[in-house]
Amino acid sequence: MKPDPLNRDFLLKLYEKMVLIREFEERVKFLFLEGTMPGTIHQCQGQEATAVGVCAALAADDFITSTFRGHGHALAKGLGVQEMLDELFGARTGCCKGKGGSMHMGNMDKGMVPGIAIVAGGIPLAAGMALAFKMQQKPQVVACFFGDGAVAEGAFHEAVNMAAIWALPVILVCENNHYGASTRVDKVMKNPRISDRAASYGFRGETVDGNDVLAVLAAAQRAAEECRSGQGPVLLELMTYRRTGHSRRDACHYQPKEERELWFSRDPIERFGAQLMERNDVTAADLAGVKARVEQQINEGVERAKVAPQPTVAELTEDVFA
Amino acid sequence: MKRQGIAEALRDGIAEEMTRDASVFCIGEDIGVPGGWGGAFTVTLGLAEKFPGRIIDTPIAELGFTGMAVGAAMMGMRPIADMQYGDFLFLASDQLINNAAKMRYMSGGTIKVPMVMRAPIGATGRGSQHAQSMERYFTGVPGLKVIAVSNAYDAKGMLKAAVRDDNPVMIFEHKLLYGSKGARAEPGAVDATSEIPEGDYVVPLNRAAVRREGRHVTILGWLLMAHFAMSAAEQLAAEGIEAEVIDVRSLSPIDYETIGASIRKTGRVVIVEEGPKTGGVAAEIAAGIMENCSDSLMAPVVRVASPDVPVPFAPILENAYRPDVPRIVAAARRLAQS
Repeated sequence: MKPDPLNRDFLLKLYEKMVLIREFEERVKFLFLEGTMPGTIHQCQGQEATAVGVCAALAADDFITSTFRGHGHALAKGLGVQEMLDELFGARTGCCKGKGGSMHMGNMDKGMVPGIAIVAGGIPLAAGMALAFKMQQKPQVVACFFGDGAVAEGAFHEAVNMAAIWALPVILVCENNHYGASTRVDKVMKNPRISDRAASYGFRGETVDGNDVLAVLAAAQRAAEECRSGQGPVLLELMTYRRTGHSRRDACHYQPKEERELWFSRDPIERFGAQLMERNDVTAADLAGVKARVEQQINEGVERAKVAPQPTVAELTEDVFA
Repeated sequence: MKRQGIAEALRDGIAEEMTRDASVFCIGEDIGVPGGWGGAFTVTLGLAEKFPGRIIDTPIAELGFTGMAVGAAMMGMRPIADMQYGDFLFLASDQLINNAAKMRYMSGGTIKVPMVMRAPIGATGRGSQHAQSMERYFTGVPGLKVIAVSNAYDAKGMLKAAVRDDNPVMIFEHKLLYGSKGARAEPGAVDATSEIPEGDYVVPLNRAAVRREGRHVTILGWLLMAHFAMSAAEQLAAEGIEAEVIDVRSLSPIDYETIGASIRKTGRVVIVEEGPKTGGVAAEIAAGIMENCSDSLMAPVVRVASPDVPVPFAPILENAYRPDVPRIVAAARRLAQS
């Protein structure tokens, strides 16, 4: 659907994607803690607007790169609930045949590279994809998601510098959720305004309210347009907050209570829901309907994923080489 | 036919592949600067003029440009990345090992990474950090192919095969074997020229090459050590010991068929490796021989390798470090007579 911030159906689609991500993550957390689902988890509750806003500005054949915290990006870019749940259960019907798992969720047909779980490791990759698009004279762009922690890595600086000197069509999307694992961002950078980095490399950066999906969408649309017209890259710093642990059973004791409460009051889904309700063509029943539909989709997905076929041991040695 | 050194043969091979396939390009440091060197060892000299926009000079950012090569390869390009000195691969190793090598597997077999990484290695009077034998660090990485080219014919043919391969291929080259000329010539260089046929040819990436036939002892080596093994075999022949010399050439996967056939004939094997003995490729080959053809061994496997120290600078120390012809001769003689 064409992004139109005035169109009711489009806005409800955005809302539905955000609710889908939240409910998906909540269910995954339950399944993991219950012990039904193998592996480990890194979740994005509270950050739904960044994924949904950016991906809504992209075309189906644009690409994203992601991180170990990639479930939201995947759903926003169009991966299906079923292929993702199957992957989380290690099923051969998963989007990576059960060989990727939570941290390497991806599907190239939908424009998502498997998540790169090495911090900043996806940034050079995204720049290289953008270099390919430029050399092939294709109109595609790459949106490269990374966290505030990635900005301290050499890979960020090396790749961003090259993207700048060659004007590559890559949107550098920094989801600043204020914590690299448990370490607060202002402890690891003298200038905590990450978008300022762009100017030092000679391109445009901006800081955006990452919990306002329409603000993110507008910023991403501007960035995509600039990238497509040869004025890339663009650095978007999306200010947001992780409502759940860094991983697994992390109880977030390092997040001060007042800070949590402040950010919880800015919850991206609640805010957008309230915004929609201000329209005279969206009712509480519409929003409740979205939630019910999403829940049903996830319920059915989980039941299927639990009995999805596991890989055979013979598949262990397949897919190493092309 | 024309006689060429490795640098010229690689240059022609790259040019031919770039002409054949528009998706092939080169990326690295100082590889296409007008008035520059064409890479540290002249391999890409003149190619920037021939292929505008396809010889990409990068900042000094090995991790970054390696990752960009991986990303471009995933999107249908066929990058040939140039690591100025092999030692710098440590900086790039996250992108090679975590991304290039694993992308196909992690994606459930949907992504291809058809990239080539070329890197010069070898102790050549530059001290400890422009000298290491780097192949050992990559031969144990599933998802990477690793080759080492010791003459111009192989260099061109294996480069072409690597460019056409749909997987990441690392090509190790030796600084003393390039035959670089002018200001980039190497003191102590060894002749690695070959007769290069007109027209297209490829050399497979998974086959060792028997360089000299013999029946008393097998000597395995690659890069500079393949040349030293040949010199050693000549000296041994004068003593009546017929050594079979195999250029291992393909370091991952290792061609145990060719190696095994030789050992079944000789029953004795010396593995020569430039680089420290502990944890080297020779250790892997020795273990592979035990698993594949220990029945044919008439004596234990012998390794000739550098001692477990960093590469030294002083010429007298560097010469003591690197395996040389007398050490190979002595080891092979002892083994043949055992």
